[in-house]
Amino acid sequence: MNDVWSWQRAAEALPPILEGFRITLLATVVGTAIAAVLGLLVALVRRSRSRWVTAPVGLAVEFVRSTPLLVQLVFVYLMLPSVPALVVGCVVLGVHYATYMSEVYRAGIDAVPRGQWEAAKALDLPRTRVWRAVVLPQAIRKTLPGLGNYAISMFKETPYLFAISVVEMFTAAQQFGGRTFVYTEALTMVGLLFLLASYPTSLLVRRLENRLA
Amino acid sequence: MPETTAPRDAVPSGTAPAPARATTTVQGAVPAIEFQGVVKRFGDNTVLDGLDFSVAKGDRVTLIGPSGSGKTTILRLLMTLEEADGGIILVDGDPYTHEIRGGKRVEVPEKRRRAVRRRVGMVFQQFNLFPNMSVLENIIEAPMHVLGLARAQATVRAEELLDQVGLADKRDARCTQLSGGQQQRVAIARALAMDPEILLLDEVTSALDPEIVADVLGVLREVAETTDITMLIVTHEMQFARDVSNRVLMFDHGRIVEEADPETMFTSPTHERTQEFLRAVLGD
Ligand SMILES: Nc1ncnc2c1ncn2[C@@H]1O[C@H](COP(=O)(O)OP(=O)(O)O)[C@@H](O)[C@H]1O
Ligand SMILES: [Mg+2]
Repeated sequence: MNDVWSWQRAAEALPPILEGFRITLLATVVGTAIAAVLGLLVALVRRSRSRWVTAPVGLAVEFVRSTPLLVQLVFVYLMLPSVPALVVGCVVLGVHYATYMSEVYRAGIDAVPRGQWEAAKALDLPRTRVWRAVVLPQAIRKTLPGLGNYAISMFKETPYLFAISVVEMFTAAQQFGGRTFVYTEALTMVGLLFLLASYPTSLLVRRLENRLA
Repeated sequence: MPETTAPRDAVPSGTAPAPARATTTVQGAVPAIEFQGVVKRFGDNTVLDGLDFSVAKGDRVTLIGPSGSGKTTILRLLMTLEEADGGIILVDGDPYTHEIRGGKRVEVPEKRRRAVRRRVGMVFQQFNLFPNMSVLENIIEAPMHVLGLARAQATVRAEELLDQVGLADKRDARCTQLSGGQQQRVAIARALAMDPEILLLDEVTSALDPEIVADVLGVLREVAETTDITMLIVTHEMQFARDVSNRVLMFDHGRIVEEADPETMFTSPTHERTQEFLRAVLGD
């Protein structure tokens, strides 16, 4: 154990880490999908004119946003023992990030010029068409980079799933280290995999940002 | 906030002698547009203070007057983009946003408002085309989803209109690729695709470069010549107003200070405010 880096150990650590990477990606993709849909719903509901609708939703959003993700994960996991940990993880990640994404949607909707709403009204378009055909296509275009950035943040926060014993990439590396008493190779590879996945994605998001600007 | 007490002039037609109108309409015919004591405030700025006027079917009325005199507000009220604080507006005799029932001014339910709104079309100064749609999609969107036309049917009509505004070749272009003048012509086609009975035009050439203003006005001249659409026009293009409209209303501080046929209005206005205004606009 005096060698700093062993290629053999690295090779042994790789399969469980890659399996963990699969879970990490899965949680990120499912979590992002939940956040993107729920975030949009929250943004739309918060535009309601009725305080009886906006106030409770606003309170819930504030609550989710001001408590730590880690606490939320563990709390829900312990409250719902019969639900698989990975499901809890995806849903909690999704709900947590939905609160952030709803703000991105809100900004995108607010950025649609008033003239667009007025033209839609002058044509007497029904509400559903105003949203589906006019407002949302323009708003969502503007939100894509923001949503992408939150998806990357979520990806980088998946190690918290450790706390509810989901064996994602980081947990896999921890377990490998625990077995072999050496963490160097496993954790290095995890770091590299995070970098390899999130750096190109953030470049992509930045390019999208420039193209849509 | 709907007012609980009806303004002085807001009487249901037929139950009391109509107040003196700023305009005359054909005896017995229902006007296309009728304002009865319309009040509009923004905060404590009272823009319209009991405005009465009416427009006969098929009339082409130009509203002139200094900036801030309430011309845009009148058109926006007719498109329900603003809500009047008092009085009532009738379209073809039908109450639009408010009506008098049991002596009280009450809101007209949205369903009936929509039925009236459907007869009114508007072209905006800033065009307001939908940038996420092609030219064709802009024009067929409302015919398909409001009038319930099939895509093929709506497309045939849209192509006719594009031909009429001289943009048949831009059918599949993105609106963002078009010049301002072209966008405005698409916007006119889009409004016409709904077969409006009333067309509202709010300074539709003010955002355009001078050299393309003529194209847009040419299109509107043709619309005026070939249809019987009632038109309410706000413009600084006095020659256009003269060519197209049969009546001109001069507004100042939300009131009609003078009303005449274009010839009289532009050559021998009687009111001092009109003379001043026309001198300023015509630049001499
Ligand atoms: N949305 C608004 N909020 C506050 N004031 C407004 C608004 N729209 C118009 N006004 C005011 O109403 C008055 C009439 O405006 P407008 O109808 O646009 O006049 P015009 O079209 O004749 O220039 C102006 O004093 C203007 O400042
Ligand atoms: Mg104006």
